[in-house]
Amino acid sequence: MKKENIICYKKGIHHGIPIALGYLAVSFTLGIAAQNAGMTAFQATLTSLLVNASAGQYAGFTVIAAQGSYLEMAVMILIANARYLLMSCSLSQKLSGDFPFFHRLLVGFDVTDEIFGVSMAYPGRLNPFYTYGVMTAAAPGWALGTCLGVLCGSLLPANIVSALSVGLYGMFIAIIIPPARKSRIIAGLVVVSMLASFLFAKLPVFGFLSSGMRIIVLTVIISGAAAILFPVPEEEQT
Amino acid sequence: MEHNIYLYIFIMAGVSYLIRVLPLTLIRKDISNRTIRSFLYYVPYVTLSVMTFPAILEATGSFYSGLAALLVGIVLAWCKRGLFQVAVFSCLTVFILELFL
Repeated sequence: MKKENIICYKKGIHHGIPIALGYLAVSFTLGIAAQNAGMTAFQATLTSLLVNASAGQYAGFTVIAAQGSYLEMAVMILIANARYLLMSCSLSQKLSGDFPFFHRLLVGFDVTDEIFGVSMAYPGRLNPFYTYGVMTAAAPGWALGTCLGVLCGSLLPANIVSALSVGLYGMFIAIIIPPARKSRIIAGLVVVSMLASFLFAKLPVFGFLSSGMRIIVLTVIISGAAAILFPVPEEEQT
Repeated sequence: MEHNIYLYIFIMAGVSYLIRVLPLTLIRKDISNRTIRSFLYYVPYVTLSVMTFPAILEATGSFYSGLAALLVGIVLAWCKRGLFQVAVFSCLTVFILELFL
């Protein structure tokens, strides 16, 4: 391996450590969600190792808990992880062209909000070994936290589990609120989405929709309407 | 019919991988359609909002602690606190409130 690649890899590990610590805490609450859905520690850890997506996994666990269809699972993951499609598009422009094709297959394995963020902040074209370094630190943190969440979730007293189960929602809030502060359109979308979600969950008319289908239907309708009504200027997109 | 948990996991992993790797390998150019770009841009905010509410109200031992966690999370995130802090303080809010409720 070239010396330059080793330096990039080490730098990636270094940057991945704080990400791993954050993951450890968040995936712990994800483990509790997995346990509530009836999964074992092995199954939940395997999911975290293979999927690496907080919102996606959480959405998947709701489908498992409701014993939804396999098609519902596929569509659910597609919707909940749709943002990675955009991120991967940006990453494909950022990756250095000096590396063989298979590096694109490896980098694609662990595109998350955080790993995408640090990879895009890398100066100049991205050396894939930097991203591998970040993954080396972050991915085990994600899997370990999930595993501990399932195992310890059942040992902890009920009030602590109750408190920890909002951790994941706290993380979601931390993702959606800062852009809502900057953009009135996003702030409006957040409010409309929450109101619509509340109505769909509470009104008996919509009782035929499972919680998974509710998320999919509302996401497509509201994002679609917003895309038509408020097309985003090119320079504001990431 | 009882669903196989490993088939669920396989579908989750397969779809997630395809979403991430297809743009990296196939689409080397930018997506030019403005409506599609805007749609993809808005999707994460809408999905996360829909998933958070009203589910957060039912996640804890009491409706009020869930609501308080939501409000504390929003205020902290608005004040530019990081992901980790927002998550931890939401949890603490529930823990402290449920000592009294």
